[in-house]
Amino acid sequence: MGMEMTNREKLVLIGNGVAGMNTIEQIMKLDPDKYEITVIGKEPHPNYNRIQLSYLLEGSKTFDEMILNDYSWYERNGVTLCAGIAAERIDLASKFVHMSDGTTVSYDRLLIATGSKPFMLPIPGIDKEGIVGFRDVQDCERMKAAASTCRKAAVIGGGLLGLEAAKGLLKLGMEVTVVHLFSDLMERQLDTTASTMLRAELEGQGLRFLMNKKTVEISGDERVKSLRFEDGTELETDFLVMAAGIVPDTALARECGLETARGIIVNDYMQTSDTHVYAVGECNQHRGVSYGLVAPLFEQGSVLAKHLCGVPTEPYQGSVVSTKLKISGVDVFSAGEFQDAPGLDVIRTQDNWSKTYKKVLLRDNRIVGCVLFGDVHDSAQLFKWVKAEEAMTREIHEQLTGSAHIEGADPLAFVTAMPADEIVCGCNGVTKGMIVQAITDQGLSTVDEIKACTGASRSCGGCKPMVEQILALTLGDRYEGSKNAVETLCGCTTHSREDVIAAIRDKRLTHVREVMNVLEWHNPEGCTKCRPAINYYIGMVWPEVFEDEKDSRFVNERLHANIQKDGTYSVVPRMYGGVTTPEQLRKIADVADKYEVKMVKVTGGQRLDLLGVKKEDLPHVWEELGMPSGYAYAKAIRTVKTCVGSTFCRFGTQDSISMGILLEKKFERLWMPAKFKMAVNGCPRNCAEAEIKDFGIIGNDGGWEIYVGGNGGVKLRAADLLCKVKTDEELIELAGAFIQFYRETGKYGERTSDWIERIGLQAIIQEIVDNLERRKELVERIEQALQGLHDPWKEVVEQEGLQHQLYETLQVK
Amino acid sequence: MEIVKIENQVSYHSVGNVEDFPLHLGKVVHIEGGPEIAVFRVAERTLYALENRTGHKKGGPLAEGLVSGEYVYCPLRDCKISLLTGEVQLPDTGRVSVYPLRLDGDVVLVGERAANEASEG
Repeated sequence: MGMEMTNREKLVLIGNGVAGMNTIEQIMKLDPDKYEITVIGKEPHPNYNRIQLSYLLEGSKTFDEMILNDYSWYERNGVTLCAGIAAERIDLASKFVHMSDGTTVSYDRLLIATGSKPFMLPIPGIDKEGIVGFRDVQDCERMKAAASTCRKAAVIGGGLLGLEAAKGLLKLGMEVTVVHLFSDLMERQLDTTASTMLRAELEGQGLRFLMNKKTVEISGDERVKSLRFEDGTELETDFLVMAAGIVPDTALARECGLETARGIIVNDYMQTSDTHVYAVGECNQHRGVSYGLVAPLFEQGSVLAKHLCGVPTEPYQGSVVSTKLKISGVDVFSAGEFQDAPGLDVIRTQDNWSKTYKKVLLRDNRIVGCVLFGDVHDSAQLFKWVKAEEAMTREIHEQLTGSAHIEGADPLAFVTAMPADEIVCGCNGVTKGMIVQAITDQGLSTVDEIKACTGASRSCGGCKPMVEQILALTLGDRYEGSKNAVETLCGCTTHSREDVIAAIRDKRLTHVREVMNVLEWHNPEGCTKCRPAINYYIGMVWPEVFEDEKDSRFVNERLHANIQKDGTYSVVPRMYGGVTTPEQLRKIADVADKYEVKMVKVTGGQRLDLLGVKKEDLPHVWEELGMPSGYAYAKAIRTVKTCVGSTFCRFGTQDSISMGILLEKKFERLWMPAKFKMAVNGCPRNCAEAEIKDFGIIGNDGGWEIYVGGNGGVKLRAADLLCKVKTDEELIELAGAFIQFYRETGKYGERTSDWIERIGLQAIIQEIVDNLERRKELVERIEQALQGLHDPWKEVVEQEGLQHQLYETLQVK
Repeated sequence: MEIVKIENQVSYHSVGNVEDFPLHLGKVVHIEGGPEIAVFRVAERTLYALENRTGHKKGGPLAEGLVSGEYVYCPLRDCKISLLTGEVQLPDTGRVSVYPLRLDGDVVLVGERAANEASEG
């Protein structure tokens, strides 16, 4: 900076939060040398993202991850930061701010961004210990500390903030009750229908609610012990969070003589009653409104920054606000007007089965508000219509009421029409223009890169679809998005899985090299991705003529053993249904001794694993075990986990062991798109964990329940209920149909948990439960595939040629 | 140790017949006193010999890798290695020792010193 400091006007900001600092950042972009800037921040931190406090509370983010401008940012930009120091008094006449450390700072322009405070109920006992707001890092720390010493927590206030605080405390292991003055949660954003749905969802997650309760007293000695309500009832609690609303922090402004009401009164350029003093964010009041959400702060900051830099700008005319509640598993969105009222026309769809609700409000045929619950795909488009008060047309109506999400003819129309300075990411104040610039300047090509570079979609993630659309728009043909590009088998070809299977079927292709040749693979020899996949697809389409091509197999499936990191192998013999015998155990022990196995491990699938077997010993180990392969190394049916069931268990209602053994014997050795795990339970206690299996069965007194698409691994997913059956025959039939349907439609490497979300549970139910004809065909095809399967270990033991070919090491003297 | 042939000062050992090696696959050959060698038969009479590890600490036994033309994929890390030069292909880096291999009729001969290492005088 070669400029004389004294030549520049002095700008002082009181309040180192999102609203003030966003304004400073915008000023830096417009005219970095215009002002000499000092920031006074009461909290002993650099500027952090207050919106993410709920993540800090639940521990999904650290404080460092929430910092928006670290100390070095202030240094780099020549901004003086007084952190941990409070502004105590403003002297409007001589233009000085007096600070808590006894120093003063003079200003030419003063910017007040003191935000708001939690509204503390004016009732007896409000000053006791164990009562906090939910506004800053300190509050979070106190809440975390409370969770480790207290059991019960109460939150007063069932709005956005209260629900997020309650969910955070619940995650920390507390028993949480939300106390709300009104009969509807989030009554300032939702109508009764959406509120009721939200409450049911949150009760399902474990929160408790006391509605229509006015708290009149907090009792206890030093510390909060219980709340008393107007109707005479009480609630015992060890800890209390006040989230009954926020109050603009106007103390400094009021004391120095600025005009205040609920907030600091400002005009359309954020100017207070003193022309040298401005107020931005939650502390101000513009045209009678004080905002408590983040988007208006950015809009105000944008106007103010331009005004302070002498850049022409439209006046700020207030914001149409939208609310998005981000609690895991709960999607709620609302914008504009949301309550039915005279003079409003309402379009409403409610689906209690899928727990979704959509409501759009019209005044004089113009869209003035909406409420979405459960499915918020259309929120961005709807919010735009609400802000523009778009006229309702037949086309829009069809989009809104059709089953498809709003896309229209061009899925990118929405982001195309968006002006460059419109905020895309409300959490971090990133505009469309900033994203486009980052993509073009830095050559970005993924949402993750944009996230790392600009911060867009970094926080709540709500804008991720829009960021993706902007990426697609900016890159045009160069965009290789997940949805636009046809998914090819791998980099060796332009063909998709569907093309490959169609060619195998129509041209009767039966060899991997044949497929690559006919479909003109541009890498004619293929790779580790496509060759095993083609090999599987051929076997799936032509089970009767298929010859397994060992050179297109991954080592595990070629040698029928799991390779370990040191190049040795592990051996897992079948123990059907997890049942073994003393004889079997003796044999396993003897083999383990003889071949100096490094470890015998009990697996998660109820069997034993012999680890550290040398490749050349594998055939001998198998021969001496005399047990079939457990396929623990393969994309195939693995094991069927069972509980003890009615054979011994006091609670067992079904013979789960016998059913497990039967299923395992029936479907073993079948190649699958990915590993496939099963479980059978004899009663609803579900000891064998059916909910996290690809195919899980729970028996009860009247039959069986079938659950599918569960996964306990990389991507934890609870299985969906496929159907209930009364007889064993029907259970086996459905198992066969389900497995075959997955074999035929799954992508190689795709577990059922991903497959089910791609295909859709309803489509699967239709195919194998409702449509008896299709079910029969699938069962016929799986029976055909099951014929001609042999135990691979036995094959190797019996064929010396295979042993030489695959398992021997040539020793040369 | 039986040396079958010496050519360009490299001693060659007979490691078996062509038919002992499975087509499109690798096989481990252990010459006493030397490192483990992986011999790949990529076509009827086209064979290559490399050291049976990638040099990476998590590199696997190359002989078990999937063979793709003149390349092999490491079974543990999926990096792609040239059978001709031993060069690990981008984005991975490194080099695997390559051993000279000759056919004498149907007999496979493998040299006992890597061909792509700096010669030691």
